[in-house]
Amino acid sequence: MRVYGTEITSRLLLGTAQYPSPAVLAAAVKSSGTEIITVSLRRETADGSGAGFWDSLRETGCRILPNTAGCHSVQEAVTTARMARELFDTPWIKLEVIGHSDTLQPDVFGLVEASRILSAEGFQVFPYTTDDLVAGEKLLEAGCEVLMPWGAPIGSGQGLRTPDGLRAMRAHFPDVPLIVDAGIGRPSDAAQAMELGMDAVLLNTAVAKAGDPAGMARAMALAVEAGRLGYEADPMERRDMAVPSTPVLGLAEFA
Amino acid sequence: MKIIVNAEPRDVSATDLQAVLHELGFACSAVATALNGSFVAREQREEVQLCEGDRLEVLAPMQGG
Repeated sequence: MRVYGTEITSRLLLGTAQYPSPAVLAAAVKSSGTEIITVSLRRETADGSGAGFWDSLRETGCRILPNTAGCHSVQEAVTTARMARELFDTPWIKLEVIGHSDTLQPDVFGLVEASRILSAEGFQVFPYTTDDLVAGEKLLEAGCEVLMPWGAPIGSGQGLRTPDGLRAMRAHFPDVPLIVDAGIGRPSDAAQAMELGMDAVLLNTAVAKAGDPAGMARAMALAVEAGRLGYEADPMERRDMAVPSTPVLGLAEFA
Repeated sequence: MKIIVNAEPRDVSATDLQAVLHELGFACSAVATALNGSFVAREQREEVQLCEGDRLEVLAPMQGG
């Protein structure tokens, strides 16, 4: 997969929040085989706690994808993105402009506006969006070269609520990298996303809140790989009726 | 001079942003700053003068999804 000119081998992107400890996070990152981890920015205390976290991130060797989580306006998201670029020294930004506090649904109008501003400033925007095709087109016009539709509300673990919407996105944007971001709960959800032709999956809570995060990270990695291989192998069409798989020609008659 | 730093009222004697960060004990290389809602780049901090009541945000890397 190529995103903004960068070749990515692993199709699993992993969030770094909510793990029981930094050691468990590090183990999960390692067993997931991910090359891209998401991070955020929060108010610093004078004891410099953020610096230690940043050092541990760099040790993973992964590319950093900072987010604008928690931003509800274009102004907040743009300011946060500029701060993230300086802090993490990357033009990549996972752009979130949240429109609804209960569902954490993206505000696609604000998202398009913020994408236009940031793209013009040289950012490489990864927009957290819905599966709305028109919003997707507007984001591409605004300079985005990748789209990240939600699977279900962030942290809900519901899996893909609208597989048909994702299928339509794949058909409508055949050459645009599509990354399902949010809502994945189980390995089967990740496999389903990949079978639909998504290019990658971004998840966090499903691994961080599993009983064994490193084990789940590995399970997700295998599911993503299996789903992708399945998509590339062109699955058969569903049928309404049974069709014998064993040849009937030459069947013995005993009656 | 009284300013608001990360939503907390603080009293500082320095006037430029770089010196204020130093006075408040922040490791200047490991934080990003915004003044009254607008980003201030690292290389601009020395030139930016703070005023009474200014709102300063000092952010650091944090876990995120």
